[in-house]
Amino acid sequence: MLKIGLAAFGACLPMSIPAGAQTASDATAETSMTGVPGDPDTGRKILADRKLGNCLACHTVSDMSEHPFQGDVGPTLDGVANRWAPEQLRAILVDAKMMFGDQTIMPGFYTLKVGVDVAEPFQGERILTAQQVEDVVAYLTTLTKDPN
Amino acid sequence: MNNAKTGLAATLALAVGLAAVGPAHSDPVDDTLVIDGELEMVTRVKAPEGHPFDEVISGWHYRTDETRALEADTFQNPGMLYTQRGEEVWNTVEGEAGKSCASCHEDASASMKGVGAHYPKWNAAAGKPFNLELQINDCRVSNMQAEPYKFDDPDQKALVTFVKHQSLGMPMQIDLSEGEMQQWWERGKERYYLRMGQLNLACATCHENYNGNYIRADHLSQGNVNGFPTYRLKQANMVSLHNRFRGCIRDTRAEQPKAFSDDLMALEVYVTWRGTGLSIETPAVRQ
Ligand code: HEC
Ligand code: HEC
Repeated sequence: MLKIGLAAFGACLPMSIPAGAQTASDATAETSMTGVPGDPDTGRKILADRKLGNCLACHTVSDMSEHPFQGDVGPTLDGVANRWAPEQLRAILVDAKMMFGDQTIMPGFYTLKVGVDVAEPFQGERILTAQQVEDVVAYLTTLTKDPN
Repeated sequence: MNNAKTGLAATLALAVGLAAVGPAHSDPVDDTLVIDGELEMVTRVKAPEGHPFDEVISGWHYRTDETRALEADTFQNPGMLYTQRGEEVWNTVEGEAGKSCASCHEDASASMKGVGAHYPKWNAAAGKPFNLELQINDCRVSNMQAEPYKFDDPDQKALVTFVKHQSLGMPMQIDLSEGEMQQWWERGKERYYLRMGQLNLACATCHENYNGNYIRADHLSQGNVNGFPTYRLKQANMVSLHNRFRGCIRDTRAEQPKAFSDDLMALEVYVTWRGTGLSIETPAVRQ
């Protein structure tokens, strides 16, 4: 199930990834959370939308080069489908802290484990809906071109 | 603190592991800030004892060539207009007592030299730290019998800019031994590492763990306060420190504490300490 790229990648991160990946694949469904397959085109839009994923604040995606000002806080998402299986991508999106540890800067997009003093309109709300998470996962699985 | 340290170590380890796939981190620009070719500023300095970094770096080093050049030239720095406006306010009589700032303090270039470099300061009567805004409001009420400024009144920003500018180039240094300053420092530190909002971020997440990285178009700095009030090109306006704090907090999708609330005053004490030794740059120019 795990791809070769992931195994190699995991090898450089002995402390967090294998354990995290294990927990995540136990804790989350192998398939869509909604039963409806994700739509990669919608997912692509969510990545860019500052009010939704705003993933480009921290990640570069060369397939999305029409969007200027992509951040470099996180690793590029180019080739991310070769490094993580779809269920792992879903787990990263749902709650990055489960995968990368408590101190990660990456927000959990489908969790209610959030910080203190959440502003009124966001209280009790997740950043993305389950279907939006699926859409993003569907798009991420198309990113098979490794960075040079 | 322990937590934050482990977190940083983990983040660094991860960053190293990901180096092969992640774009390069952009270092602060290697340059020297000299105002009008005359006044050399301290923009990098050894961090004080107990600081998480070895070196404290001004936000100036993280800005573009054009933005850095604007700050280095008094004639081009748009913040200087506010300094001039502040001088007018300084000399304007207001309130029942028929006084201006100048009635008591006379020539600001003498009486205010160095003053802005040492705020926030313990205020025994109020039983809390005062920043310049609160001190000025206190003067207005007690000595001028005028109304205190509302937060971010244009005259408040201009006057604070003018007073801080009298310390241009002087090292920022606050006195933590007075009154309960140390407790406020502790409280500010706790707040600095507190994860907030729906995005679950602390000040330290961005400014300690990721300074040098780009978050969208913004080159993340250490988040130092030595340039405030700061002229922000994006807003084409002067931005006060508590406005900046509130903006950063809003971006985490957390409720914004009120300006001059205990939370923000504690942060101001702590974050000012983090920038100990940097030259006052007011009015700095930022993105
Ligand atoms: C505020 C910063 C930030 C935001 C916003 C963010 N991420 Fe991340 N992301 C990171 C960081 C940093 C890492 C690396 C793990 C770490 O250091 O915690 C990461 C790791 C990842 C990984 C694993 C990448 C790899 O090659 O191993 C994926 C996939 C990912 N993010 C997807 C997303 C998606 C999709 C979004 C938006 C819905 C998003 N991220 C939003 C910061 C962010
Ligand atoms: C989501 C990331 C993020 C968080 C969290 C954050 N900031 Fe910022 N902050 C920024 C960005 C981006 C800038 C503008 C670029 C720079 O100078 O870093 C900035 C700028 C600043 C500046 C101005 C620096 C200068 O040189 O003009 C200060 C001061 C500051 N932040 C303090 C704080 C404090 C205090 C907190 C916590 C209450 C905080 N920030 C939380 C992103 C953040």
